[in-house]
Amino acid sequence: MPESDSESEILNQAFELGYTYTRSTGPVVGRFLTGLRERQVVGNRGSDGRVIVPPMEYDPGTAEALSEFVDVSEEGEVVSWAWVKHPREAHPSDQPFAWAMIRLDGADVPMVHWVQANREADINTGSRVRVRWAEETTGSINDIAGFELV
Amino acid sequence: MSEQQEPVTGIEVPIYLKYNFTAGAGPARFLSQVKKGVLTGQRCPRCDQVYIPPRGSCAACGVATEEEVVLSDKATVQSFTIVSIPIPNNPIQPPYIIANLVADGANISFIHLMSECVNEDVRIGQRVQAVWKPEEEWDYAMDNIRYFKPIDEADVPVGQIGKLPVSGWKG
Amino acid sequence: MRDIAIVAFHQSRAVADAGACNEVEMIMPVLNEVYQQVGINNAQDVDFVCSGSCDYLQGAAFAFVAGVDALGAVPPIKESHVEMDAAWALYESILKLRMGHADSALVYGFGKSSPGELPVVLSQQLDPYYLAPQWIDTVSLAAMQARLMLDQGMLTERDMAEVVSRSRRNAMRNPAAQLAGDVSVEQVLAEETYLSPLRKADCCPVSDGAAAMIICTVDKAREWGVPYALITGIDHRIETHNLGMRDLTDSVSTRQAAEGAGVGAGAIDVAELYAPFSHQEIILSRALGLEGSTSVNPSGGVLAGNLMMASGLSRIGEVFKRVVSGEAERGVAHATSGPCLQHNLVTVVEKA
Repeated sequence: MPESDSESEILNQAFELGYTYTRSTGPVVGRFLTGLRERQVVGNRGSDGRVIVPPMEYDPGTAEALSEFVDVSEEGEVVSWAWVKHPREAHPSDQPFAWAMIRLDGADVPMVHWVQANREADINTGSRVRVRWAEETTGSINDIAGFELV
Repeated sequence: MSEQQEPVTGIEVPIYLKYNFTAGAGPARFLSQVKKGVLTGQRCPRCDQVYIPPRGSCAACGVATEEEVVLSDKATVQSFTIVSIPIPNNPIQPPYIIANLVADGANISFIHLMSECVNEDVRIGQRVQAVWKPEEEWDYAMDNIRYFKPIDEADVPVGQIGKLPVSGWKG
Repeated sequence: MRDIAIVAFHQSRAVADAGACNEVEMIMPVLNEVYQQVGINNAQDVDFVCSGSCDYLQGAAFAFVAGVDALGAVPPIKESHVEMDAAWALYESILKLRMGHADSALVYGFGKSSPGELPVVLSQQLDPYYLAPQWIDTVSLAAMQARLMLDQGMLTERDMAEVVSRSRRNAMRNPAAQLAGDVSVEQVLAEETYLSPLRKADCCPVSDGAAAMIICTVDKAREWGVPYALITGIDHRIETHNLGMRDLTDSVSTRQAAEGAGVGAGAIDVAELYAPFSHQEIILSRALGLEGSTSVNPSGGVLAGNLMMASGLSRIGEVFKRVVSGEAERGVAHATSGPCLQHNLVTVVEKA
């Protein structure tokens, strides 16, 4: 129900907007998500030979279509991070956690995901982290239920 | 696990975003009157057109419409359509009529339902009047009016639609 | 090529919540202000109109079409829209003028971010497969960018606090500012972190409001008989959406856009930079090659109030105001879009 503020006559109504989309993955994103479903992280090789995780369809520098897939480790190193003291409702954790750029072993390009840690002091640039797999993997970036400190 | 062998080709990524909608200052004044069972338009200071429901500006002149004009709940059919297909989540059963109606005293039409009518007899220029919900159900919404029903008044010639005074069409 | 003149600019006061005002009611007063500056009635009196906004901000589909109700579009006008900051609407308008399809244009941008949770709304502009489903917000991404620089010794928290302090103090002379005050570096540093390493003061506020500008040919400006400044260069570049592939400690796209716009062709008296986070002002100043003689963000910049989809246009307007007043002869304005300064537009404004 709308609320009326009689003095300024502000009429408000809370609402939720839903976009219930499905998306086609294409062969490159599909390969990565298929890998996650099998609990394997897959990257691909860019034009300059660097291993990109998650894989990209085209090299951002050369626009070359990329096709050479490479399995990488589920462990890696924190390249940068941000400590979320007050998680938002939309966030993947309701406890304080870190967003991080993580370079997996065998990859050159860091990926963005989140890291579970009890306290801000527990995580550092260079911290080693490992994938926490979701109980049920479905072929989604959220099959990685965050990373944990090693 | 044989289904697990099929590669992933699509994902479901529903997005839900929460907002707090604000009606706007002009529309809020209108809705506050509707809650009292009164239809008000707003007049453009430049071209004198009266808008209902007002959105805060005269779209033709691009200026704020500050002056309130109390309108009649009698209106004239400017255009209509007979809806024959069910629309998902709409409780109204087809066939039913959606009409562009111009309230007496206004220049611009709004969309509402028509009922208590013979669908095949509905026509442009036909006179109608609001059938309101019981007062205790009134809210900040145009569906305080359940629908408009035909009244026994002479049709308005097409050229006169949207040009009637608040006192309505005398024939 | 035809010279492009800016003849009018106005921005509404940046406020945390525009309250009852809908988009039309937010836009109209700003448009009236620029109409008055050149002495015209409404959008009928210019040849072209282009706006920038994003319907996701307030969750109202086609809010930008509702915005047209503020223009006086009867009889129909030539109108266009970009789902971007209005600085890009300016870019489109300049092309229109340069092609000879118009002699004057009204450009406006508006954002009502208060109805939604802006950082979360903006998370949905990210890669829809790898990032958006994680709901990573834009403040967190900026925080990781800041940490990369801190870790590499490219700046210190004190450097960032100095940006904030200067913004707050400059904003005291800006009637449109949302956050202003005599805030010292020590006061900023005393604040606890909000999204470590960022403090709340390092982040721009969420604001509601609108901005508008009128541009035209030099002949038209003379006909209107109003003071004007010239846009002598404008260019923009975008970087990959893959944050891991970008050097987040630099802004390569800003540097390239600056080259394209001819920033280096003369001294820069004033620069207005769209830096939603304090460390980004430092990245941008370096990418633009600014030196100590340049007054950076004399308006306070967007740390003093950030109108999503209008602040980029406002940066250009703030430089225009200072050139026309004689305070500066040549200035640079920067606009940005996307996470961590992904897409950047650079404009050079000079004395006529």
